[in-house]
Amino acid sequence: MKIKAKVKKDITKVKMLIKHDMETGRRKDQDGNIIPGLYITEVSASHNDQPVFYAEVGQAVSKDPYMAFSFKGGASGDKISITWKDSSGATETGEAAIK
Amino acid sequence: MALVKRRLKIKVGAVFFSLLVLCALASADAASDSSPDFKAMVQQDVDAFRTYFKVRFSKVAFAEYKNGVYAIDSASREQWLEMEDFPPYEFAVDEGEELFEMPFANGKTYADCFANGGEGIRQNYPYFDSQQGEVITLELAINKCREANGEKPLAYKKGPLAAISAYMASTSEGNKFAVEVPDEAAYQAYVEGKKFFYSKRGQLNFSCADCHLRVAGQKLRADITSPALGQPTGFPVYRAKWEELGTLHRRYAGCNKNIRAKPLPAQGRAYRNLEYFQSVMSQGLEINGPSSRK
Amino acid sequence: MLVGDDMNLSEKNMKIDRRGFLSNLLKGAACIVTVASLPRLALAAWNEKAFKAETLEGAMSSKYPGLEFVDSSAIKLKAPAIAENGAVVPVGVKTDLPDVKTISLFVEKNPSPLAATFHLTPINVADVSIRIRMGETSNLIAVVESGGKLHRVQQEVKVTIGGCGG
Repeated sequence: MKIKAKVKKDITKVKMLIKHDMETGRRKDQDGNIIPGLYITEVSASHNDQPVFYAEVGQAVSKDPYMAFSFKGGASGDKISITWKDSSGATETGEAAIK
Repeated sequence: MALVKRRLKIKVGAVFFSLLVLCALASADAASDSSPDFKAMVQQDVDAFRTYFKVRFSKVAFAEYKNGVYAIDSASREQWLEMEDFPPYEFAVDEGEELFEMPFANGKTYADCFANGGEGIRQNYPYFDSQQGEVITLELAINKCREANGEKPLAYKKGPLAAISAYMASTSEGNKFAVEVPDEAAYQAYVEGKKFFYSKRGQLNFSCADCHLRVAGQKLRADITSPALGQPTGFPVYRAKWEELGTLHRRYAGCNKNIRAKPLPAQGRAYRNLEYFQSVMSQGLEINGPSSRK
Repeated sequence: MLVGDDMNLSEKNMKIDRRGFLSNLLKGAACIVTVASLPRLALAAWNEKAFKAETLEGAMSSKYPGLEFVDSSAIKLKAPAIAENGAVVPVGVKTDLPDVKTISLFVEKNPSPLAATFHLTPINVADVSIRIRMGETSNLIAVVESGGKLHRVQQEVKVTIGGCGG
């Protein structure tokens, strides 16, 4: 995943781009069989280890999900950590410093 | 008033369009005459092409044509800017960089095949190889590099080759297209590409010029067609429809299918010559691939 | 700052001057706010029923059982009038409504109308963006949960298929 976090006038804006197919479970393969659904269901973020965002998502989110949120405070160099979990239970965590 | 102005522009545009078609046919004949000035003839084509679009879209600056339909349609431009703020193709560029740097089984790398180690060279493609007697596009060159080093060629429309092409384009961002037609043999290839561009094909009997020159900027069913000027600058493109990166020849094949013409092989002679013609027409415009498209 | 830290108020109150008292009160409040954000997010979980609901009403009532809807002009919903492609539609929701708990996006005609729910805390600014899929022309509805009510705004987004884009 890619994270861009920037602080401006005491507000930090965090943008994320997560690599994930977000398979809806409604598509069929070439033989006509349904491709099983596999999509991110939860995304959470923390700032210097304090929870600062949580989203429930589903199949209606585009492939390679993009999300952005903002919070008050944050300083250049602070750590932003983002974790996602998908419908198979797989998770991934990424980190970036606020610019 | 705006409508009258627009109609007038389209009429003027139509006149220019016919002139361009006549030029296309004329140069096809001229090629068989003795030692004409190829560079001058090509320059004439380039000037006529640019003038056509300048008249059609008087408010659009030349440099903006690298952005395709977003140069001429503000509604879709807004959505495109949102995508470009954090574009999905960033993953493919990273992937492309890794693939580009990975050595072949024999220890050599892509950098060994290209000028300047393959960095910042996108704008010089395609070029006409006098020895091989054919147009070499960047993507063809990538596979030629692989084959010269004992590797299997990659598929041309998407996947790893598109990623490598995207990475190489990204290192060339801002460089202006510098594709030339240096001699008669090159000119023949250029003319073939030009003919393809202006020839009607398919059940719907459209030429590239019909949609991307004559009615560029107008609605064709639910779409506004992009201007042909600058079309190759942004490739390979991440199309929302494909949900992934695809090459210029993938798009050529798709467009041909849309007008119910037989799609031709990616990196085959016809599409390479077409790319050559399009790139020559786009000279002076900045490389900005990869980019997002509809 | 944890609860219990620096909370020896009785001692501090002995040396009361108004400014000092207020400053301590605020510090205490800040502590409580920080702590409050933890459970709110920690307890939040994926609402499977709401995401699998196949009608707009079903999705809304699963997500927000028993809460009252109110149309609002205090929410800015940014979405294209005509989406370039239904697979990737950029959407943004921004509001100055106070104390926003959640923001949800619903696509009326999608097979599963609930697209996403953002959980916010007092440290967040209510400004979120996402790219969603829309299967066909549909109303896009943004719901902001604030002050115990559901503030709603909607916009039609046209989704076209075909044309020469292919």
